[in-house]
Amino acid sequence: MSDLLVPRRRFLRMAVAGVGAGASAGLLTGCDALSRRESFLDVLSAAEPLNRTAQRFLSGDRLVREYPASMISPSFRPNGSINPKTPEYLALKAGGFAGYQLRLRGLVERPMEFTLDALRALSARTQITRHDCVEGWSAIGQWTGVPLAHLLSLSGIQPAAKYAVFHCFDDLSNNGGRYYESVDLRDALHPQTIAAYALNGSPLPVANGAPLRMRIERKLGYKQPKYVHTVELVDSYARMAGGQGGYWEDQGYDWYGGI
Amino acid sequence: MIQWRTVLRHRWPLRLMHWINLACMLAMVGSGLQILNAHPALYWGEASNFAAPLASAKAVQRGGELRGITQVGGTSFDTTGVVGATNNSSGVRVRAVAPSWAMIPGSRNLAAGRAWHFFFAWTWVINGVVYLLWSLGSRHLQRDLAMQRHDWRAIPKSILDHLRFRHPVGEEAMRYNPLQKLAYLGVIFGLTPVIVLTGLSMSPQMDGVMGGFIELVGGRQSARTLHFVAMSAFLLFAAVHILMVFYAGPINEMRSMFSGRFRIRTDPGSHNRESGNE
Repeated sequence: MSDLLVPRRRFLRMAVAGVGAGASAGLLTGCDALSRRESFLDVLSAAEPLNRTAQRFLSGDRLVREYPASMISPSFRPNGSINPKTPEYLALKAGGFAGYQLRLRGLVERPMEFTLDALRALSARTQITRHDCVEGWSAIGQWTGVPLAHLLSLSGIQPAAKYAVFHCFDDLSNNGGRYYESVDLRDALHPQTIAAYALNGSPLPVANGAPLRMRIERKLGYKQPKYVHTVELVDSYARMAGGQGGYWEDQGYDWYGGI
Repeated sequence: MIQWRTVLRHRWPLRLMHWINLACMLAMVGSGLQILNAHPALYWGEASNFAAPLASAKAVQRGGELRGITQVGGTSFDTTGVVGATNNSSGVRVRAVAPSWAMIPGSRNLAAGRAWHFFFAWTWVINGVVYLLWSLGSRHLQRDLAMQRHDWRAIPKSILDHLRFRHPVGEEAMRYNPLQKLAYLGVIFGLTPVIVLTGLSMSPQMDGVMGGFIELVGGRQSARTLHFVAMSAFLLFAAVHILMVFYAGPINEMRSMFSGRFRIRTDPGSHNRESGNE
C-alpha cells in the first residue's frame, strides 16, 4: 500500500503545483481583464467614499503639519503642466501677468474679480507645508496667498453651492481642453486652503503655477491646480468636461484624492 | 501498527478568512507594485531627496537596449528583467519596477492600481477585524495562538526541530509550535499595525492626526519606505509559511485549510481518546 501511496502523493503534489501555477497565471490575466471592465472598476471605486468618510471622520478639520523653514526642499519639483502654451496664457505671461484677474463665479452672491495687486493687498496666510504627489514623492515649500474662505466671504456663497471648481489656463493633454479641478466646500473653506501667489517668498515660477495656484493641503498634488483663473461655485460638476470633477478624475483617478 | 485519525483541524470561519486574506494580500502586493511603479524610488525623511534616494529602480539605454538598474544606497545592480526594465505581456522591454506578472494591472495604470489597492485594503482590514473578534470570541486566540509558559520553554527544542526539518505527526501536530505561534502573533500584532499605520501616514488628509506617528518613524517618505519594507516582510513570512506547509505535508495541510480535515497519526492504544478537536 505504501508503494502505491508514494507515486500517488507525488502525482498529487505535482497536480497541486500545476494547478497553482495555472491559477496564478489565470488570475493575473484575469486582473488585467477586470481592470479594463468599467463595471468592475465601479465596484473597486466603492472604496473611495469609504476612504473619504473614514478619513474625514478621523481627522476632522485639523490642520496638516507645518514645517520650519530649514525643511524647505532645495527645489520644488514641478509636475504635470510646467510651461502652458495656450494663447490666453502666453498673452498674459508676455505682459508679466499684469493683466491677470482671479474671477469668482457661479453660485456666489456677487461675482468678483481680483488683480494680483488686489490679492496681495488682502490679509495673507503663509504656510510651509508638504506637497504629496499621487506618484508617491513629497516636497516641502513655503506658500503665501489669500485663504479661499476669505475670498468667498467677500463674494458670498449661495446656499445651493456645494463645490468649488477651479478653471485653469493649461491644456495638459494638448487637445483643446483645459485643466480643472473641484473640491467640496468643506475643503474649499479649510483654513489652509489658499489661493497662493508666492513660493518660498518669490512670485510663483511658471513651472509651479504662475501667477496663481491653489494650495489645498489635505489633498494630493493633482487636486491642487496651478494656473487658476476662475473659481466657480456649483451644485454639481457632472455636466463639466468628462463629468468626474477634474482633469485626472476624467481619466480614472479618484475624486477624493486625500490618500 | 500505525493508525491514522482524521480530525477537524481548522473551523470554517478561520478557513474562509484565511483565503480572503490571501486574495486581499495578493491584490495589494500587485497593486502596490503598480503604485510604486509611478515613482520607483524610496527615501528617508519627510520629503523626497531626489538626488539621493535610499533605493531606486531605473531604466537606462545601454548597448542599444533598455537595461534595468536597481540602486540601493551607494551600490547599483543590473536587474534587467526583474526590476527597472522588464518585459511586458507582449514581450516588449519597458521601464517598470516589476515584471508585468507581478503588477496589477500588468501595464502602467496608476489610477486602476490605486483603485485595486484601496478596495482590497478595506476588504483586508474588515476581514482582519472580523478575524480578531472571532478569534477572541471562539477563544482561538487565547487557546491556540497565545504563548503559554511551556511554549517559551519549548523554543530551543522547536528551533532544533525546525533546523532538522522534523515536524510532528501525532497529537502534537494539532497544536501550533512556539516558533509558529511567534510568527503568527508577530504578523498579526506587529507587521499588520505597521503596514496599516504607515499606509495611512501617506494620506495628506490624515496628516493632522497621524503627525505624531509620522514624526516617530522619521517622516512621510520614511513611512512610505517602511510600508514597502513591511510588505517585503509579509512576503518573507508567506514564503516561509508555504515552505513549512510543504515540509509538514502539503496535501494534508492544504486539505485542512480547505475542508478542515487533517490526518494525524495516533499511537497504538491511544485510539480510544476521541476528544473533540475543535
